[in-house]
Amino acid sequence: MTADTHRLSACPGCAEPVEPADLYCGACGLNLASAAVPEADTPTVALRTRDDAPPAAAAPGRTGARSSADGGAEPTTDGYVLQPPAPRAADPRASVAAPAAPRGADGQACVACRAGRVDGDGYCENCGHAQPRERDHMEQESGPVAAVSDRGLRHHRNEDAFALATASLPDGTPVSVAVVCDGVSSATRPDEASAAASRTAADTLREALPRGTHPQTAMHEAILAAARAVDALAGEPAGAREHAAQQNAPACTLVSAVVADGLLVVGWVGDSRAYWVPDDRSAPARLTEDDSWAAQMVAAGLMSEAQAYADERAHAITGWLGADAYELEPHTASFKPDRPGVVVVCTDGLWNYAEAAEQMAEILPADAAARPLHSARVLVGHALDGGGHDNVTVALVPFPGPGTGAGSG
Amino acid sequence: MAILSKPDVPRFSVDVHQNAFLPEGAGEVHAVVTVTATGGGAPRDGVAAPRPPGRGGGPDAAVAIMVDCSGSMDHPPAKMRGAREATAAAIGTVRDGVRFAVIGGTHLAQEVYPGAGRLAVAGPGTREQARQALRRLTAGGGTAIGSWLRLADRLLWSQDVAIRHGILLTDGRNEHESPERLASALEHCAGRFTCDARGVGTDWEVGEVTAIASALLGTADIVADPRELAADFTAMMETAMGKGVAGVALRLWTPAGARVRFVKQVAPSVEDLTGRRREAGARTGDYPTGSWGDESRDYHVCVEVPPAGVGREMLAARVSPVVPRPDGSADGLGAQGLVRAVWTDDLAASTSIDPQVAHYTGQAELAEAVKRGLEARKAGDVDGATARLGRAVRLARLSGNADTAKLLSKVVDVIDEATGTVRLKTKVAEADEMTLETRSTKTVRVKRRPHEQ
Repeated sequence: MTADTHRLSACPGCAEPVEPADLYCGACGLNLASAAVPEADTPTVALRTRDDAPPAAAAPGRTGARSSADGGAEPTTDGYVLQPPAPRAADPRASVAAPAAPRGADGQACVACRAGRVDGDGYCENCGHAQPRERDHMEQESGPVAAVSDRGLRHHRNEDAFALATASLPDGTPVSVAVVCDGVSSATRPDEASAAASRTAADTLREALPRGTHPQTAMHEAILAAARAVDALAGEPAGAREHAAQQNAPACTLVSAVVADGLLVVGWVGDSRAYWVPDDRSAPARLTEDDSWAAQMVAAGLMSEAQAYADERAHAITGWLGADAYELEPHTASFKPDRPGVVVVCTDGLWNYAEAAEQMAEILPADAAARPLHSARVLVGHALDGGGHDNVTVALVPFPGPGTGAGSG
Repeated sequence: MAILSKPDVPRFSVDVHQNAFLPEGAGEVHAVVTVTATGGGAPRDGVAAPRPPGRGGGPDAAVAIMVDCSGSMDHPPAKMRGAREATAAAIGTVRDGVRFAVIGGTHLAQEVYPGAGRLAVAGPGTREQARQALRRLTAGGGTAIGSWLRLADRLLWSQDVAIRHGILLTDGRNEHESPERLASALEHCAGRFTCDARGVGTDWEVGEVTAIASALLGTADIVADPRELAADFTAMMETAMGKGVAGVALRLWTPAGARVRFVKQVAPSVEDLTGRRREAGARTGDYPTGSWGDESRDYHVCVEVPPAGVGREMLAARVSPVVPRPDGSADGLGAQGLVRAVWTDDLAASTSIDPQVAHYTGQAELAEAVKRGLEARKAGDVDGATARLGRAVRLARLSGNADTAKLLSKVVDVIDEATGTVRLKTKVAEADEMTLETRSTKTVRVKRRPHEQ
């Protein structure tokens, strides 16, 4: 990915060793693509960091989540122009802050001001800015499956979560599992809800499928197990916060896809979606039906799709996992696609920028089945380029799974 | 930073109440910080049980009682008698082993007990000797409070103790020294010992007594009836005996480019600490809070930070109680609170006001309205006084401050509490007006959700 001329061997922010393919430093979260601008050439050029893009500067979008080979770190894309180091560098801190200065092992440098170190609470001891957290940007590749999750540009934390798993059916056929969850922001601790739900659902599937449980039954059980895990969070003491009457219990959506032995099973609650994009791009399709106000209006024939989605209530969800859900209705569906393709499993942070299946097919790279991680990054990049108004999470599950007809294409 | 962990020192905890969400472009962050100390000091049993002298229970402490002995204390004689009895009662409350002294104050400061620039060690014998000495207290002479405080300071610092506290009683104005001398004495003593100040009768100056308590981080009150002095002195001394750690400061870290708009104690009473900041290293300042026993205080902190983009989060302030040392370092007390700023485009999130912040903003306004209203009343500005005291009546009702509401009702006739419609009383007892003025800074904590009108 960053296989360009400016490859780094260590993070300039905190000296953590980095791999050639790393886009961000694993320790401090610094955007390596933009930091890779040769420092000697532009010693006072403002450094740009991945989570600093103010809305105004977000225009053409961040290249961070995409390949930097196509033009590298052009200065305007990552926003947040920082003060160049003060000329009057009498303050010893200023010299420490200079990009080229070596950094000690203690205390990482702040990614926002580059002048302070990060305290034990994750804030810069100089400018106070919160440092990127682990969940701000997550990537994972598991067998043929990959997922990327990003905080986006307008939210202060990432409330999405995903879990990937691989397993085998009793006959040894490999299975791919992806689960994506979106925390409900109006509830408390949505980030914990999505983490618990995605982990529990993936664990349940990984245990059930090798026992010979039918994938669709396993999916149903996985969603129920995830719901119980989220319910359990409501019982835990959440600091001093009392349980207000309203929807305060932790809650999240869930969407999952399982590819096993020529079978594609999806399951969902809420408005996170799964799309089917065949490799030949013939007839891409949305596989899920939102539990949302707009979808219900359309389904009931009360409004046209355009009318419904233009309404400000469009995205109010009518189904979710959480202790205060009225009645949990896990949706599951099975498909037997007749050609190879990729299942796009995502939160609304992505599909808001590619709502129709055809649009999704258009932005998904042609080699998505072969390079799922790269392609997931491209999709997240698309959402960020569009404004990144929400957390963005996408998992890509190639069909058919590994070992079955892998020679296709 | 070293952490103080002596057995007598209370355990501190810090809670932050705030709405961290700010709209785009905004930078003003408000928070109410509750600091609570528990498990420190000596058992407050009210009566000094016989204990072996020395380090019975609680930390080493020294107290000085300053009693006004000016000529006016004999008019009526009940004042001098009340002061004598109150001092005796307070001495009865001094814990065994605690050092104490009694100072008689006129235009000079005289050591009444034990004398010779010393402090006595509390015990059955010394308490009795002190009571005998009090009988010799007579009224005569003027009033020079600065000289009393300076003598108290010398005596309290003649011994190496952890807690130093004074109790000062006056019945008149500080007429026999210049205001500058009193101010310089207060400046000298500030941070060296804490002091409660009481005015007995109605011939003293509210501003003087509250200034002493404010500068020396103690309480101020009126004791209109000399017969109530003994109970008040006993209560003050019990509180002093409960203190476990002295010289505590609220340490405030703020990020580069931030400005501290204000730091106010808002409970149990309003005390603006903004101007008392002592720099304590980069982006860090200490605000003095005095001695702590088992108690809880609230502070309203307002910080202006450089606005950041939507989705960003910043630490706007880090608040921690510490005991600063003379060399600039400090002992931590093992607690801190974080005041955050999170920028959002969700208007519902950014426009809501934290109930605690709203409550104390109202309480501070209430104290200000009472102060301004009484000033206007004294200046003969009937309209201004009516408007401000009317507003005070309304604020007192809204925030549930029943004590202040009751005091206000002795100064104005309340026609409609909800709208703040009042009429100034034509005849107001001087003691009632002074009580309102002295106690106007007392606040109540949030009991119920303050409603919007």
